[in-house]
Amino acid sequence: MSDRDFDIELRLLIDAIYLKYHYDFRGYAGASMKRRMTAAMVRFGCRTLSQLQDRLLHEPGAFPALLDFLTVQVSDMFRDPGYFLALREKVVPLLRTYPSLKIWVAGCSAGEEVYSLAILLREEGLLDRSLIYATDINPGALQRAEAGVYEVERIAGFSDNHKRSGARSSLSDYYTARYGHAVFDKSLRRHIVFSDHSLATDSVFAEVQLVSCRNVLIYFNRELQDRAVDLFRESLCRKGFLGIGAKESLRFTASADAFDEVAREDRIFQKRAA
Amino acid sequence: MRTAGASARIDAVVIGASAGGIEALSVLLPVLLPGFRAAVLVVVHLPRERPSLLADIFTQKCAVPVIEAVDKEPVMPGTIAFAPPDYHLLVDEGPQLSLSADALVNFSRPSVDVLFESAADVYGTHLMGIILTGGNSDGAAGLEAIRRVGGMAVVQQPETAQTSLMPASALQRVPDAQALPLDGIATLLRTLNPGDRP
Repeated sequence: MSDRDFDIELRLLIDAIYLKYHYDFRGYAGASMKRRMTAAMVRFGCRTLSQLQDRLLHEPGAFPALLDFLTVQVSDMFRDPGYFLALREKVVPLLRTYPSLKIWVAGCSAGEEVYSLAILLREEGLLDRSLIYATDINPGALQRAEAGVYEVERIAGFSDNHKRSGARSSLSDYYTARYGHAVFDKSLRRHIVFSDHSLATDSVFAEVQLVSCRNVLIYFNRELQDRAVDLFRESLCRKGFLGIGAKESLRFTASADAFDEVAREDRIFQKRAA
Repeated sequence: MRTAGASARIDAVVIGASAGGIEALSVLLPVLLPGFRAAVLVVVHLPRERPSLLADIFTQKCAVPVIEAVDKEPVMPGTIAFAPPDYHLLVDEGPQLSLSADALVNFSRPSVDVLFESAADVYGTHLMGIILTGGNSDGAAGLEAIRRVGGMAVVQQPETAQTSLMPASALQRVPDAQALPLDGIATLLRTLNPGDRP
């Protein structure tokens, strides 16, 4: 199989997914998409992407399995502790001035980031007035996020990150360990709404004070990044905040001028007043 | 198949290194002078949980610009870009840099294979891949991908490497790669694209 054939088959497959399942991967970054599809081909035991396409169109259950492959990110709670520290120092003081808060975690995957933010808000005394929208395109991931259950082996790493994020409590205050798993507290979940939303095809659904979308934009091409950042801009209130991944940049997006840097290294931005 | 010393114009040089890599790069990268036309993209295996000082260290040592890769940044000729810790570095159409937080490959993130395979796809014959010292076999499949598209494959002579497993694995997989000691690779880089010089 030549690389040119693979490119043709990839385009056809992405179109087929769009036509049949209305999931739009056409604006995803090519190089990462190719790696993921190559891995999926191996996992599904297919010799070509055309074979994989055949299964996706005709086998129930094949698409949800592929969706996990194409979208699920393994993250850590309080990944990049500096980001959460910067939120406490530079964003929380302004959030305190609002009587009620709405926060959007876009691309929440299995929920690690959502629970991290909920715990941070609890520690800062803000969770009771907050509603967190946790969105993803993958229904399976949303279910896992809503369950809030993580392998207990991962907790030591989460806990270490939490400490370095300026923690005011112990992570163990927020979960119970059961049969090798840590189950996060229902009282956190009361403030979270899990919902299906696509940055590629859906529009704005609420006005929020903070959007956190980390390591999602790296999988998009520039056009789709423009679309996503524009949604964030529209959704944010005047002087609302946007947090992105540690190695992501707004520099190459059309809305770059709509934001000021608040914490350069930790990639926190604020929507300009104008 | 053409030999590994094929002479197409080289637009990008991708380098992979692990254990002993910083010392080896400290010999290689300072030979690049302003006016060097190819882009240089480097993966070094480092601890994933700490910020990397590679860009700072090599800015001190090098005569050409050195950066840590940022997602969607255009690939800059004559600039050295390091993969950030805990992200894969890929080359996308443009050409532009692209990052991914996908699963580890060969127990590594960044992985040399991920960079090399994506660069092979974009640059084809205009790519040179270099595997330096290291203690695992990451990069061997990537170097093979570069050869498959007709790019140039270079490996540090295993017996001259601080840790020989990585170059030895690459050489086993790509037997016609040029195996050179560091000063040989430095000479090769220095004489790259001689007709292109201003």
